Amino acid sequence: MIEIKNINKSFGSNHVLKDVSFNFEAGKTNLIIGASGSGKTTLIKCMVGLHQQDSGSISFDGRDFILLDKKEQRVLRQDIGMLFQGGALFDYLTVKQNISFGLDMFTTMSQKEKDDRIAFCLNRVNLSNANNLYPSELSGGMIKRVAIARAIALKPKYLFCDEPNSGLDPQTAIIIDNLIQEITQEYNITTVVNTHDMNSVMEIGDNIAFISEGELAWSGDKKSIMSSDCQVLNDFVFASQLFKKLKQ
Amino acid sequence: MIVAIQKIGKYFSLLKQVFSKPENSSVYFKKVVDEMVNLGVNSLAIVSIISLFMGAVVTIQTGLQLNNPFIPKYLIGYATRESLILEFSPTMIALILAGKVGSSIASEIGTMRVSEQIDALEIMGINSSAFIIQPKIIASVFFFPFLVVLSMGIGMFGGYLAATLGGIISKAEFLYGLSYWFEPYYIFYALVKTVFFAFAISSISSYFGYYTKGGALAVGRSSTKAVVYSSIVVLIINFIITQLMLS
Repeated sequence: MIEIKNINKSFGSNHVLKDVSFNFEAGKTNLIIGASGSGKTTLIKCMVGLHQQDSGSISFDGRDFILLDKKEQRVLRQDIGMLFQGGALFDYLTVKQNISFGLDMFTTMSQKEKDDRIAFCLNRVNLSNANNLYPSELSGGMIKRVAIARAIALKPKYLFCDEPNSGLDPQTAIIIDNLIQEITQEYNITTVVNTHDMNSVMEIGDNIAFISEGELAWSGDKKSIMSSDCQVLNDFVFASQLFKKLKQ
Repeated sequence: MIVAIQKIGKYFSLLKQVFSKPENSSVYFKKVVDEMVNLGVNSLAIVSIISLFMGAVVTIQTGLQLNNPFIPKYLIGYATRESLILEFSPTMIALILAGKVGSSIASEIGTMRVSEQIDALEIMGINSSAFIIQPKIIASVFFFPFLVVLSMGIGMFGGYLAATLGGIISKAEFLYGLSYWFEPYYIFYALVKTVFFAFAISSISSYFGYYTKGGALAVGRSSTKAVVYSSIVVLIINFIITQLMLS
């Protein structure tokens, strides 16, 4: 479980996160939703340590990230997998080398064990034949799937996904969503997904935090989101005619 | 002024992170070898071509200046050698490498920054600055001296071709001049300069690449800044080391 308490973050005079507190539960797909510019990405970057919050605490199963020294933070980060918006695959490495990267750096596995693990991860994301391709040879959906394979190679306890569906067609987006949810449940990972895609919310939203103008405006799950009386949430969720009709 | 001091401080702070203990020495070693190929071996062609013509031009120009019957002709070979060893090969090649290698380093690291590859390394628990920059600095510091020695040899060969094929002096006179009053300390001086140049070019270019902010345009700007600042620092280092070692 990841627990965040009273997170504040400003960039100059721009107060981006205002006292945000939330519990991200293990084995569940936790979603951070909100409009563009609401502070979702800043929150996720604070959680993974790419930004340092001005105040508040972020605790990974009782380990407060900010209280750890640099070495301990690096060790904790080895338990974190992250799927970036653009995939962030190393473009000078093949798919196989990308997935093997963390294994080479942090494990003492034999080559056979590494090959088995890579094959397992690629098989898990249905990309068994992509071993020797470079990121530039992959489609958007394949890049996301390789990034998921890379993120799970070291068996992380925490998985962060920043806008996993951006730039994908609806069919591929659902495949990626389902993959994230299946992996979360199979390995009992604490998964945090940052999205503004309502299809994802309705597909995989086990535990949802809605951020509006840097504040936690609502929390709940995909069932309760439809019946919420939070006005800012309703303005966000039912912005499209389709969802308005669904509610009616 | 304050901004400049802040940037210099940030540069040294980055260097401190760069020279921390590697997470996995064998992976770093492989990266150093890759960078030697990438930054060094891939520069062999440009260094060879420039050196060949540089040596030829130095010889022709020296021949023009020493067109006096009281000055022995073999001094053309001697002057060509001294010019190449003391200045042209180390400094000129360093400036060429500041353009080729410096822009390559800055744009590669800058692209990694804007495409979140550096963030991906950090989240994996890897010291991204050490992982990316350290192998580039080590590879440059070890390989650039080889390029400069090669440049000296090819430059002299270029001078030999210009002297003999252009009928400036005879083959025997030029070769005598090349070996006349040879001072090995000058080679040492040139190599010391080269090591400092290599460090400056690779570290300054890495600094501009690592702190790239924005998109593709910012990568281009970082690359340009890397070349400009590396070239200026190379010239300053050249002056300081020459003052310290030769005056």
